[in-house]
Amino acid sequence: MSNLVYFSSVSGNTRRFVGKLGVAADRIPLYPRDEPLQMVEPYVLIVPTYGGGPSKAAVPKQVIRFLNDVGNRALIRGVIGAGNTNFGEAYCLAGDIISRKCAVPHMYRFEVFGTPDDVEIVHNGLEQFWMQQ
Amino acid sequence: MTEKLKLIDHVEAINWNRIQDDKDVEVWNRLVNNFWLPEKVPLSNDVQSWATLTPDEQQLTMRVFTGLTLLDTIQGTVGAVSLIPDALTPHEEAVYTNIAFMESVHAKSYSSIFSTLCSTREIDDAFRWSVENQNLQKKAKIIMEYYRGDDPLKRKVASTLLESFLFYSGFYLPMYWSSHAKLTNTADLIRLIIRDEAVHGYYIGYKFQRGLERVSEAKREELKDYTFSLLYELYENEVLYTQDLYDSVGLTEDVKKFLHYNANKALMNLGYEALFPKSTTDVNPAILSALSPNADENHDFFSGSGSSYVIGKAVVTEDEDWDF
Repeated sequence: MSNLVYFSSVSGNTRRFVGKLGVAADRIPLYPRDEPLQMVEPYVLIVPTYGGGPSKAAVPKQVIRFLNDVGNRALIRGVIGAGNTNFGEAYCLAGDIISRKCAVPHMYRFEVFGTPDDVEIVHNGLEQFWMQQ
Repeated sequence: MTEKLKLIDHVEAINWNRIQDDKDVEVWNRLVNNFWLPEKVPLSNDVQSWATLTPDEQQLTMRVFTGLTLLDTIQGTVGAVSLIPDALTPHEEAVYTNIAFMESVHAKSYSSIFSTLCSTREIDDAFRWSVENQNLQKKAKIIMEYYRGDDPLKRKVASTLLESFLFYSGFYLPMYWSSHAKLTNTADLIRLIIRDEAVHGYYIGYKFQRGLERVSEAKREELKDYTFSLLYELYENEVLYTQDLYDSVGLTEDVKKFLHYNANKALMNLGYEALFPKSTTDVNPAILSALSPNADENHDFFSGSGSSYVIGKAVVTEDEDWDF
């Protein structure tokens, strides 16, 4: 088990960012037929927002399903958003929504699959964060 | 024109109940939900603001918009349509028809701005400028050559660079005016275009990456080299075009940062790492903030200035799927 959970669609941008972080991570399953993910340790969630549209639809269904699980919800400590500023108000909106609903900090935002600077900041930031917990 | 019209060879009735690539449905739904028309934007509220611009600033704005009109016309009439015969799924073909139509809406929306704010003579002058400006015409020519070429993946590269990079020398200006509380309704319309182009660039770049999985390692290397050399070629021209437009108002260096920032994202849409270093992509925060109200906030919880972070602000989000 890890302290990092992420959602990534088939385009794989968030998966790629997580891969560059080089730490253990669990992916929220894409399909309802897949085994649901059950976290046992505190974690930070990375979630992308793609494409604008109604804010209602900003958080992927799979992530909602994951957070509807009381056990999973109790263990979330922070959220990191991914997206594109060109989506305007919807930039990293899923991160905002989860931050508000779960009352945890929206720790960081990055675009597409992140620049090397983003990777370094999040890698070091998470390391520090878990040491202080 | 003697070229043979390239059409898809074989068509079967499209079945939206049997999907090969979920991304096709997801992007179709996004595009449909994002649909808009210029008539819905109250552009006439900008008439007073337009009158506060100097004649030079007005001329610059009109030139910028005719340049954007040309790119949208190319993308609607040739670019998105040229991708249809290469589609891997019937649903991908349908998405391109949506993209093509929306590009025509974008192209038309600049004319809505013009007819609201400018005289017929000024409009004609600006369109004449767009025909006569060499760097604008060169940009169109480079892209058109690749659309006419016979390599499907190169067409996707050219298309993604158009959607995610070439528009931004133009998009800068309405964001600049908006950050100075000018032409704010026009800026609202441009933000709708920017959002659409971002989805288009994301989708075409995604399909490019799916296509790469089907070719040899040597071909993948060739396409990577090709992408970077096309970007350099377009970038060099884009700098000259930017100078033509913005030197007179002293904004060229600021616009170039915006170009670097967006070139990086265009590359990432194609699956490649960012090229321009952080020191050259530090876009004016006022421009970023005009682009996205969330972009300039300090959300770096990790930087030690974490005390200033806020829990996500309230947004209308109620979704029946949430249990809590």
